[in-house]
Amino acid sequence: MKIEMRTEQFQSPSLLGNLLRKLHVDIPLFLILILICTLSFVILYSAGGQNEALLMRHASRMGLAIAVMIVLAHINPRRFQSFSVAFFSLCLLLLLAVAVMGQISMGAQRWLDLGFFRFQPSEFTKIAAPMMVAWYLSEHSLPPKPKNVLAAGILLLIPVLLIAKQPDLGTSLLVASSGAAVLFFAGLSWWFMIGIAVLLAASTPILWHFLREYQRNRVLTFINPEADPMGTGYHIIQSKIAIGSGGISGKGWLGSTQSKLDFLPESSTDFIFAVFAEEFGLFGCVGLLFLYLLVISRCFYIAVQSQDTYCRLLAGSLAFTFFVYVFVNIGMVIGILPVVGVPLPLVSYGGTSMVTLMAGFGILMSIHTHRKLLPI
Amino acid sequence: MDRLFAIKDSLAENRIFLSRIVAAFLLILVLIAGLIVRLVYLQVVGHEHYATLSKDNRIKISPLPPTRGIIYDRHGRMLAENVPTYSLELIPEQIKDLDGTLAKLQKLLTIPDDKIEQFHKQRKRNKAFVTTPLLQNLSDEDVAKFAVVRPYFPGVDVYARLVRHYPYGELAAHVVGYVGRINEQELKTLPTAEYRGTDIIGKNGIEKSYESQLLGTAGYEEIETNAQARAVNTVATVEPIAGSNIYLTLDIDLQKIAYDALGEYNGAAVAIDIKTGGVLAFASRPGFDPNPFVTGISYKEYKALRDSPDQPLYNRALRGLYPPGSTVKPFIALAGLEYGVIDYRHRLFCPGYYQLPNVKHKYRDWKKGGHGMVDMNDAITQSCDVYFYELAMALGIDRLSEFMHRFGFGEKSGIDLVGEVSGLMPSKNWKRSHRNRPWYPGETVITGIGQGYTQVTPLQLARATAILANYGKVITPHLVQEIITPDYATPPELLPDREIPLMKQHVDNIITSMTNVVHGYRGTAGRISKHINYQIAGKTGTAQVFTVKQEEKYNEDAIDFKMRDHALFIAFAPVHDPKIAVAVVVEHGGHGGSIAAPMAGDIINAYLSPKEAPHED
Repeated sequence: MKIEMRTEQFQSPSLLGNLLRKLHVDIPLFLILILICTLSFVILYSAGGQNEALLMRHASRMGLAIAVMIVLAHINPRRFQSFSVAFFSLCLLLLLAVAVMGQISMGAQRWLDLGFFRFQPSEFTKIAAPMMVAWYLSEHSLPPKPKNVLAAGILLLIPVLLIAKQPDLGTSLLVASSGAAVLFFAGLSWWFMIGIAVLLAASTPILWHFLREYQRNRVLTFINPEADPMGTGYHIIQSKIAIGSGGISGKGWLGSTQSKLDFLPESSTDFIFAVFAEEFGLFGCVGLLFLYLLVISRCFYIAVQSQDTYCRLLAGSLAFTFFVYVFVNIGMVIGILPVVGVPLPLVSYGGTSMVTLMAGFGILMSIHTHRKLLPI
Repeated sequence: MDRLFAIKDSLAENRIFLSRIVAAFLLILVLIAGLIVRLVYLQVVGHEHYATLSKDNRIKISPLPPTRGIIYDRHGRMLAENVPTYSLELIPEQIKDLDGTLAKLQKLLTIPDDKIEQFHKQRKRNKAFVTTPLLQNLSDEDVAKFAVVRPYFPGVDVYARLVRHYPYGELAAHVVGYVGRINEQELKTLPTAEYRGTDIIGKNGIEKSYESQLLGTAGYEEIETNAQARAVNTVATVEPIAGSNIYLTLDIDLQKIAYDALGEYNGAAVAIDIKTGGVLAFASRPGFDPNPFVTGISYKEYKALRDSPDQPLYNRALRGLYPPGSTVKPFIALAGLEYGVIDYRHRLFCPGYYQLPNVKHKYRDWKKGGHGMVDMNDAITQSCDVYFYELAMALGIDRLSEFMHRFGFGEKSGIDLVGEVSGLMPSKNWKRSHRNRPWYPGETVITGIGQGYTQVTPLQLARATAILANYGKVITPHLVQEIITPDYATPPELLPDREIPLMKQHVDNIITSMTNVVHGYRGTAGRISKHINYQIAGKTGTAQVFTVKQEEKYNEDAIDFKMRDHALFIAFAPVHDPKIAVAVVVEHGGHGGSIAAPMAGDIINAYLSPKEAPHED
């Protein structure tokens, strides 16, 4: 016999709390996210040259993203599970359509134009891929057998290659890591992972051969930024100056000179962390990293608390992918990773990734708030 | 089985998952610690170093974009130029009272309100300390007016900008192409160094094919700025090098005549200099105005062009694929002579239809009742279909196809324009590998009159005609005559000359017959022979767009315009000293002789006996 009961229903008399609970919103996660979003306005105001219109557009996108999150939180995770295959197949179709249409128009190959609506299918794939792999693995016994790992790997490789061909290396890496995370949480054997790592290391020279000219340049610039001070190396040099000159306590809000004087390119988008570091110093940076860690911790907590394999794997993967976002972006800005186009999650200006991220949190909230108390 | 295991192992599963979450969390902690270590290294250890760099970060490198090369026609008339336009631009961050300043400027220069609105929109989109245009295309008078009061308007200035302009608009759009803003895709793959400070790139036509020559080399300026990012002093300058100027073989007057000759029809006309292969006219109708593309065409305008049923963006001369119809007959006749399967004087009987042995199907002649006894000359001048049905069968598809390939059918001509297509000259091998079907004799029959699988471009037709007029000397059509750089002039690279071995007597025969098409008593293009003091050799063609059923009569008036035949004409002149080869394709024009031939006549006449005094070269 199952007793259906919503957790945490016994506490909190507050009206807002009640409302949020009715909406299936996880309050701790929601509060941290709102805090980071608020912070993003503060930084963006400074990084964007105190441009109010920019903030308005940021706000409208954020509003949309939060709305998507709340809607998804409301849907029962069983629905997600049963839609996984269809959603993933749809994404593959859309990616193929983009590839074909791009071929015809000989132009940019990321956007799909439906006439009234333009969007990037690769964004959807960031969620569809872990959903698909989680669904597939949860249908079989865990830890996954080699043939299941192989099948999951192939499933994953199709969208990754399609996106990499667009070419959008950043997104394809994120999709790959979200799927790999599912496999990891499912209990992929350590020996297998070590084997893959060795294989990858061994095939680096071959991969190098397949990279495009500009991608190679990025890697070369990463190794030696001074080699091309006017080109890609410029970003890294200038962002290091911005971060380093911020010192321990920073130059204060609106006090950054690097972006103000236009030395730092892409200061509102991919390189916004440099502005943050310049203005708020080491203390600010550690604080922001702590906030991100809180988000990840809460998500991991949700994953551990979840009650079936599918939810667990999906939650773990979404949480880990969020971290990959943070790490790849900050790593790139502080010069320990090559420049790939990944925004700082929830902070960078730029709409599409914000919606996908919030959608991921919506799913996590749904997983958490639709639990059932099982008799032991 | 799997299911059972799953239930049994759910505890073990839980344990594994928990251990993996712990492992992942530890990994995350380690990596975050790594980030913090790096931050400490930059912000604590390296702080002094970077703080100094930041303070000294006053030298800005600002790129100086090169001037794009100019495109001329063969007589030095500008087809693509750079027009200086003055624009009034503001740096909002340097203006204390923006609204007041705008009001004063509005009074001074009579700026319409919508420009102010547009300015505000643009300003919100721009980064800080970037100039935002308020008024473009300033008159000299306005520039002078502003110059007087300039000191009272800090943060406001007049800038001279060069904007690409195509004075001949739609006339040469398909040849010259156009430039446009560099898009996201191009940005990713372009060499950043060369495109520093440039935000436009050749998108089509010569502008694209010769992008690297037209572009030039960027220079840069090292500027010392003060704390407000205002330039105080230029430390060093590396001047940009302008792009090369390009002279085309195109004659814009002839281009206009070709374009106008097509009238309201959709179609293409190509004229080639027989001796050099230089393209004299390359018209594709309808055209489009390339100028809106330069500053960024609106999506609505672009959509209208893209979705128009007439497809103005489609370069018909280069990429249009048409069944050649009877225009292939001179070449097939030549193949017959060269392979020795038929004699020039040999006569056949044309009853008005042709039948394969033991097959009921009748391949009809365009002339009901037939042409009676015809030799090769009659067959070409009157365009007898039955003669060529038989000739094609006698040659066989593979010999026919191979011979046509030598004249460039089914192959790219090698013209210096991007996007050329190769068309199709079918063979048994082609059908086996592309259609996975055997070749049927009936297909050989209709290939003999340029129907069936055969597809050619207007450019290929003109080139083949020029090769014939040259007695087999193969030319490569090209548009660029000369590339003028500041230091030296480079002629464009051409494919090495080739020659198709042909018997002179055979070519003479074909040319005589083609001359009869125009000047003969029963020639199908007789109407263009009047009032000219030289001779034209030509061949008409009428290409079926849809198939008329057996025993059904083709009635021109009764069928929809879109189903009407394409009209074609190929020609060269003067016959005894060939200078120009022309191919005209008129979509749904009806008959080659009555529609396409007079257009070609206009082009040839304009080239050989120009009405006005010739331009000084």
